[in-house]
Amino acid sequence: MEEKYAKRTFGLELLGIVLALVFLAPFYFLLNNSFKKLPEILLNAAKLPEAFSLDNFRRAWVAIDFPTVLMHSVVVTGLSVLALVIVSSMTAYRLVRRPTLFNKVLFNVLVAAMIIPFQSIMLPLMKVTAMFELRGELYGIVICYLGFGLPLSMFLYHGFIKSVPLEIEEAAVVDGCTPYGVFGRIVFPLLKPITMTVIILNVLWIWNDYLLPVLVINDSYTTIPLAVQKFFGQYLRKWDLAMAALTLSTIPVVAFFLLLQKHIIAGITAGSVKG
Amino acid sequence: MVKRKQWSEWMQQTVFVGPGLLFFALIILLPFFMGFYYTFTNWDGVDKADWVGLDNLTRVFTDDERFWSSFWFTSKFTVAAVVTTNLIAFGLALLLTRNLKLKGVLRTIFFLPNVIGGLLLGYIWYFIFVRGFSSIGESTGIGFFELPWLGTPATGFWGIVIVFVWQTAGYMMLIYVAAILNVPKELMEAARIDGASGWRILLSVTMPLIMPAITICLFLTTSNAFKMFDLNLALTGGGPGNATESIALNIYKESLTNGRYGLGTAKAMIFFFAVALITLLQVWTTKKREVEA
Repeated sequence: MEEKYAKRTFGLELLGIVLALVFLAPFYFLLNNSFKKLPEILLNAAKLPEAFSLDNFRRAWVAIDFPTVLMHSVVVTGLSVLALVIVSSMTAYRLVRRPTLFNKVLFNVLVAAMIIPFQSIMLPLMKVTAMFELRGELYGIVICYLGFGLPLSMFLYHGFIKSVPLEIEEAAVVDGCTPYGVFGRIVFPLLKPITMTVIILNVLWIWNDYLLPVLVINDSYTTIPLAVQKFFGQYLRKWDLAMAALTLSTIPVVAFFLLLQKHIIAGITAGSVKG
Repeated sequence: MVKRKQWSEWMQQTVFVGPGLLFFALIILLPFFMGFYYTFTNWDGVDKADWVGLDNLTRVFTDDERFWSSFWFTSKFTVAAVVTTNLIAFGLALLLTRNLKLKGVLRTIFFLPNVIGGLLLGYIWYFIFVRGFSSIGESTGIGFFELPWLGTPATGFWGIVIVFVWQTAGYMMLIYVAAILNVPKELMEAARIDGASGWRILLSVTMPLIMPAITICLFLTTSNAFKMFDLNLALTGGGPGNATESIALNIYKESLTNGRYGLGTAKAMIFFFAVALITLLQVWTTKKREVEA
């Protein structure tokens, strides 16, 4: 019995490894061909390169202006997520602690709004961004992400704040803390686990988003996805350059994931089970 | 004193809820209601927006084969993508809840594609379909790799399904793993002692108890598949012809390429009602099957 069990587990282990290789195969093609010269790619894309050369990367770095687009992505994502964390935690806090009729209705409207697909409102949104001079501005895209991200982030905070005991806050009030101080100094630090989830979910979404930046800040703040799309519009079939550009563009988010994977996996599981 | 307290309450409501409410109203509510208005106009994306009554809706419903073929394509795609993604994700989750030594590494690998955006993944796979598959086909002679990938409606359809599954399965796997680990061990043990086979336990004990996870996964995959845009744009651009054009891409092209924003908005509103209906129906049907341990 014991031996049979071990054999079966070993079989499953092998199955897992084979499946993992299948899942990794696209990355093999991506990396492998980033080092090759174009004729070599056209001859056989599956073979390993004859000589490793970083030449493709050097040219792709310049072709998509990698440092600039990377910085745009970092700034847009960073500011939007920061704004989302502050605004959605504050909103959720008030909605939990003061469930007036207005606040209850607002909560339900926010939750219901999660069902609206982006494409359903993107055209009037372009009009709105033009009307309020948000188009082409950094604060403009941050405000857009704030609006679109608020319902889910607020919802996650709302669920978490409900479990934060009220006694701690009451004690602080007795000690002379203002309502704003109670939130900033006492409640917000307690929200750290869910704040991690909110940060991770929003970073992955905003970093990878294509459609909203294309409509709102297309030429003024070209982010990584926009740069890749433009590149393929111009150099389709220049595979050597394209593969190196794609590798460069993939590295930051993959590095982010590998460095923080424990938090990311825990955060995503927590976020989806509550959502 | 009472006045001061009221003032302080009002102030707090404004400080805490004000910014969120303001930006939500500006970015979601306002465009949403404007959308209802523009549906009935010949809006050109700039200033012109004359009332045309039901013209747009009549046109979409009676004289827009391309929209309905994109609707049909999206529906077929959603069914294929949701079924495949969830079967594979559930299978991976069963594998990872066994006592494997490489569990942690495997989980990371299966999840990895999910952190990369749809547009980048689309272009990576575009290369694989166009150059990679043919290279494998030439050296191995396996017919599957020698198909004209992305060049025909069928290979375009399945090409997008493959990439969607590859991208999404790892995420759903995480949700299934969490749910399976939550099933009480005693229940499984009791069933085993009563002589139930592995399959029976899976179908009669595990599955009913993880119904909430199934609801979530079906909801997430259905709504993502139905709204699919980035993969579509990068992989096929809707082609060959318009054979693989999703609804989202159709709306995008109608407005940004053809400049018919009024018509595009009308389609976007129909799209909204379709998404709302499908997701509500789906959650309602799976919710009914949830049981408590």
